[in-house]
Amino acid sequence: MTIVHHLDDATILSYAAGTLGEALSVAAACHISMCAQCRTAVRKAEALGGEMLDDLAATAVSDARRAATLASLDDARAAKPVVVKSDMPAPLQRLLQGQGFDQLRWRKKAPGVSVYELPLSKGAKGSLKLLSIASGMTMLEHGHGGEELTLVLQGAFKDKVGRFARGDIADLDEDTEHCPIIEKGETCICLYATEAPSHYKTLLGRLLQPFLKI
Amino acid sequence: MLFRVASERDRAAFAVIFDHFAPRVKSFMMRKGASAEVAEDLVQETMIAVWSKAALYVPERGAASTWVFTIARNLRIDRLRRESSAHFTDLEDFDAPSDDVPGDEALNRSQEDSQVARALAQIPPEQRELLILSYVEDVPQSMIAERLNLPLGTVKSRMRLAYRRMRKLLEVVN
Repeated sequence: MTIVHHLDDATILSYAAGTLGEALSVAAACHISMCAQCRTAVRKAEALGGEMLDDLAATAVSDARRAATLASLDDARAAKPVVVKSDMPAPLQRLLQGQGFDQLRWRKKAPGVSVYELPLSKGAKGSLKLLSIASGMTMLEHGHGGEELTLVLQGAFKDKVGRFARGDIADLDEDTEHCPIIEKGETCICLYATEAPSHYKTLLGRLLQPFLKI
Repeated sequence: MLFRVASERDRAAFAVIFDHFAPRVKSFMMRKGASAEVAEDLVQETMIAVWSKAALYVPERGAASTWVFTIARNLRIDRLRRESSAHFTDLEDFDAPSDDVPGDEALNRSQEDSQVARALAQIPPEQRELLILSYVEDVPQSMIAERLNLPLGTVKSRMRLAYRRMRKLLEVVN
């Protein structure tokens, strides 16, 4: 798997700082789990965070809290996290509780387009979904709100930006408008995260617009 | 020091680490809006995680401060999402021993530590401000845009510049 399309540096920085919203963080984490280049970039951004933490002026911690912390140490050791090798990125695997794409209850939204909504915590902004789009379909021209990530998990699509296949993530500028074509052969499954309220200019909005009249 | 905590379960070494990091983690949490009480709860959680995970710390992947930063960041986000099972996905979760890690991923952070501070002093103030708003004050980029009355695109390109500038400054030194 050769990944061609990566996360924007602004997204890497927000992810490392912990300010990226929940939906976008999951999509970013899924890409990062597949992409050594972006993992290195996140490490470098986290090093900045470490430095900033070290640079902060100290605020005294109460003696009671210090004593309580030291008293609560036991000899247990944390186990090394178990990483199961799978085609499914680990963060998504966890959200789907191990189910495969074919075990999900997809909701048909339009001919050739099915959606599976993924759970977010209460109060989280935006949404996170899996999109399944039949091969050969052309999506209407759409722009990006600047707070939208699309990660290809299966199949591929092509547009003027290039070809997006498994592992590639579209982290596009708000002024990029394009109309992707799903490649023939395989259904394309994408993880789609947005913080923007759903409106016609986003990928999903444009995808469903002719059918939903939104 | 962390090594002694990990291999010998050395409580005296841990106390030294506590006295260095705990007051900084408390400032970090308070700058992000936590009350002193909540900040101390998070300090305690963070430091207990440092104790129990010390054996998982890999010096080649970054400085101790970077590691403590990621633990504090993750615990704070998890607390915000307490009602859900959506834990923050940390890089550590992907680091299978069989992963082919490229050579440059092994940052020599003990050297890089003070270099970051020097690099931060060299970037333009508006880029430094964005880094502080993001890392310390926990302001998402869309809110930075609102606060500074700038288009989101401008904030993003400034963040990109800041990040690239920092990386470049650090690479030149290495």
